[in-house]
Amino acid sequence: MSTTPGAQEIISAFAEVPQNLKLELLLEYSENLPDLPERYKDHPELLERVEECQSPVYLFVELDEQNIVNIFLTAPDEAPTTKGFASLLQLALDQQPADTVLNFDDSFVDALGITDLVSPLRIRGLQGMLMRIKRQVKEKMI
Amino acid sequence: MSYPVESNPRFENYAHPEALVSTQWVAENLGQPGLVLMECNEDILLYSTGHIEGAVKIDWHTELNHPDNRDYINGSEMAKLLSSKGISREDTIVLYGDKSNWWATYAMWVFKLFGHEDIRIMDGGRSKWVEEGRALTKDVPERSVTDYPVIARDDSSIRAFKDDVLAHFGKPMIDVRSPAEYTGEKLHMPDYPNEGASRGGHIPTARSVPWSKAVNEDQTFKTIEELNQIYRVDAGISDASDVIAYCRIGERSSHTWFVLTYLLGIPKVRNYDGSWTEWGSTVRVPIVKGEEPGAVPVGF
Repeated sequence: MSTTPGAQEIISAFAEVPQNLKLELLLEYSENLPDLPERYKDHPELLERVEECQSPVYLFVELDEQNIVNIFLTAPDEAPTTKGFASLLQLALDQQPADTVLNFDDSFVDALGITDLVSPLRIRGLQGMLMRIKRQVKEKMI
Repeated sequence: MSYPVESNPRFENYAHPEALVSTQWVAENLGQPGLVLMECNEDILLYSTGHIEGAVKIDWHTELNHPDNRDYINGSEMAKLLSSKGISREDTIVLYGDKSNWWATYAMWVFKLFGHEDIRIMDGGRSKWVEEGRALTKDVPERSVTDYPVIARDDSSIRAFKDDVLAHFGKPMIDVRSPAEYTGEKLHMPDYPNEGASRGGHIPTARSVPWSKAVNEDQTFKTIEELNQIYRVDAGISDASDVIAYCRIGERSSHTWFVLTYLLGIPKVRNYDGSWTEWGSTVRVPIVKGEEPGAVPVGF
């Protein structure tokens, strides 16, 4: 299992805030999810729906010639928790080598200490996104 | 004494017009003593992105559900929760939320297990308030802690358990899930995660009346005439009916429970909160697949 500098940064950030502010931190992350680039905004059919999420979340993965992963995720503003999860994965995995993404620790979210705050049911959406990112990377590896 | 009821021609033909308020009425009554606005959403962070001024947050999952058992919190836990939120037994609670008020009606149903008397639903929910361009704030209200009494939870009148359902075949039962969940084609509602049911289909003899039939496009409730057609004429429910409603985990069926109880005035309506995630995983209970309700099973 591997980790990334982005993931480590997120884990430290969650570790530094007290329990009662962890959800606020997730909200801040949700506000920083980058918009989709124009080429995907106009082509929603290229994006894969994450069915594990309770809200319409879509993702797309690109790999360059060096198998470096580009991740695009979108989630509605009315679903900030899901959007926050999308943002965490984007920061943790974007621009990482494909091997690193494939071996990325599936228990990443457990290290954030928010499972009880958010409820395990809601955590499942994040696992679904991660699973689909890995699958797309595998399919697209050169 | 409870807060004055909204006088609104849109509501006057419902059996209990006092259980509804409009967004306009909420806007005109903000901050009044004795009236507590409460937001209950599917998404735990949505309240933090902005809510109606003065609204208190309640989370159906982390606060109303028991942390370990598949059940709700008990009387002393509820007393502690509502006291900490500054709510008194005499307060009028106005609930609203995302997703067509699913979770608002779910919270209302849970509060009713504890007999909180005056609870109203904001017709159209959060989305209608937002669509109308009304203000939201991120300010969390500071309310003084109250002393909400410990009331024993009463599961006997509006909550059904699996054994109640087993004894209910052939009596009015409504499956409020989407058609694909009812037929068994899908184990969970379109676009939602599978929350653990291992079989698809519906409870024998249950009729399919998706919850969404009760609402207009703007998520407000349909007129009494439309609701009478859907539930009394088409689904054959009458005031004498003993009705059980269920869905996946009891949230959408809370919505239907509200419609049947407060808008149509059916006296005996129970919500089976175990719903499909319990029934569809239970060993040796009968299941029907397809579009027909199915016959009363023999030997159960």
